[in-house]
Amino acid sequence: MATTRETGRASADAAAETLPDADRFRWLIGFVVPAAIVVAWHLLVATGVFAAHQLPAPLRVVETLYGLGASGELWGHVAITVQRVFLGVLLGASVGIALGTLTGLSELAADLLDPLLQSLKNIPSLAWVPLFLLWFGIGEGAKVLLIAVGAFFPVYLNLSAGIGEVSEDLLEVAEVYDLGRIESLRRVVFPAAVPSLLVGIRGGVGLAWMFVVAAELIAASEGIGFLLSDGRVLARPDIIVGSILLFAFLGNLSDLAVKEVENRVVGR
Amino acid sequence: MSSVGEGAIPDGDASEERPESTTDPSLAVRGLTKRYGETVALDGVDLAVDEGEFVAVVGPSGCGKSTLLRVLSGLEECFEGEAAVGGTDVRRAGSDHVGMVFQEPRLLAWADVRENVAIGLPADVDRDDPAARDRVDDLIETVGLDGFAESRPGELSGGMAQRVSLARGLAYDPEVLLLDEPFSALDRLTKYEQQDHLLDVWAERGTTVALVTHDVEEAAYLADRVVVLGGQPGTVEAVIDVDADRPRDRTDGGLLAARREITDALGL
Repeated sequence: MATTRETGRASADAAAETLPDADRFRWLIGFVVPAAIVVAWHLLVATGVFAAHQLPAPLRVVETLYGLGASGELWGHVAITVQRVFLGVLLGASVGIALGTLTGLSELAADLLDPLLQSLKNIPSLAWVPLFLLWFGIGEGAKVLLIAVGAFFPVYLNLSAGIGEVSEDLLEVAEVYDLGRIESLRRVVFPAAVPSLLVGIRGGVGLAWMFVVAAELIAASEGIGFLLSDGRVLARPDIIVGSILLFAFLGNLSDLAVKEVENRVVGR
Repeated sequence: MSSVGEGAIPDGDASEERPESTTDPSLAVRGLTKRYGETVALDGVDLAVDEGEFVAVVGPSGCGKSTLLRVLSGLEECFEGEAAVGGTDVRRAGSDHVGMVFQEPRLLAWADVRENVAIGLPADVDRDDPAARDRVDDLIETVGLDGFAESRPGELSGGMAQRVSLARGLAYDPEVLLLDEPFSALDRLTKYEQQDHLLDVWAERGTTVALVTHDVEEAAYLADRVVVLGGQPGTVEAVIDVDADRPRDRTDGGLLAARREITDALGL
């Protein structure tokens, strides 16, 4: 079958011989609009449409970030923020996996816990901040816990649903072939729920970045969120914009990493 | 060709356990009535299949053929009447003594062909044992899928996937093998090959086989007895003994006579 398709396509392929090269650079198209925006931004600041104390020129932002990087200050902020996000995701996802598995497998656990967790997920992230400050002080624990709350819900919700929705057909196969409870979980239920789990982790990482800003804006002496609020206090829009770009960069990087894992595991 | 792997597999106890069913028929169904809500799928069905017998169940679609197999496989717990496998009520024994090849392949999408077939290995066989692995590979070869052991179900055609499912059922080596239209997705040539292979396995293992099909020719060629189900709700219309010596020739006069009888009983 493959050979007939190939011969049929041979002529078309010959004509399009140059296309694969063009396809390879296709992702670059995604940079066209952002580049145009940066150029427009530069022009608007340079021509005085925006005052420089409100919106710094793009080059100014780059200079500021470079200066912070060269002095070594930047890396401390980046490192502590990444550490908080990492620990928060680790904690939140672990609890999410534990509770998601429990409610996915046990109807009683689902009846007991799910309504509560479903309503807690609707509490906005900032609403937790005062309570966490009161309970855990302004230390690292409070921030990591807050981020963990953010990362928990997507993981919990997706995994619980994923386990609950494992196809009845496959469960019957496990029953007929006497896999037993443990083996059928290991061979059928958990592998079937892995894609849902990864979707949840991806969502959890995204929310962790939102929650880390909430935590660092309000109570921190280091971190990108602190840098952000410091920029406001110092009336330094270049620091503010630079911090936002850092969040954008790191958020995208972590999303790409999880997506890559997802592709490797699910896309096989 | 599968004899190489079989000698190494500890399956000796399968024959030792069988004597318990010398007095009871392998499959015994009396007055079986199965309802789904208001719909009556089966109405007062009687069926007795001796140990080692090959019985085919034919009937138009919607006559409850598949339902009968589901009851016998222990997947349906609510029904009226009696259904026993090896003398034990299926409501108690569940699916311990039966293997079932479903109408759909029902494969694990994330696992390769080898792993899918290995799902059928009896619980007491160590899946990582080289002998078990050889047995799985032999089965993959006998269903004509050598070279595809590492393929995933998504890469297989419907007919190939169905053969994986058949190999999984054979790997289980049960006392009673239930087959729900296992060959319906195969082209005629492959179908003939797989039918003959099933007969080889059946003759070699002494397995009791109940095969559901809508293919009259297939029923006559394979079975010792053909049970014709008819109507809605399904009732036994006729039981036809196929009078032809094995190994059978597909053009045997006895088969032609049996086919005519089956067709008549179906009211065609």
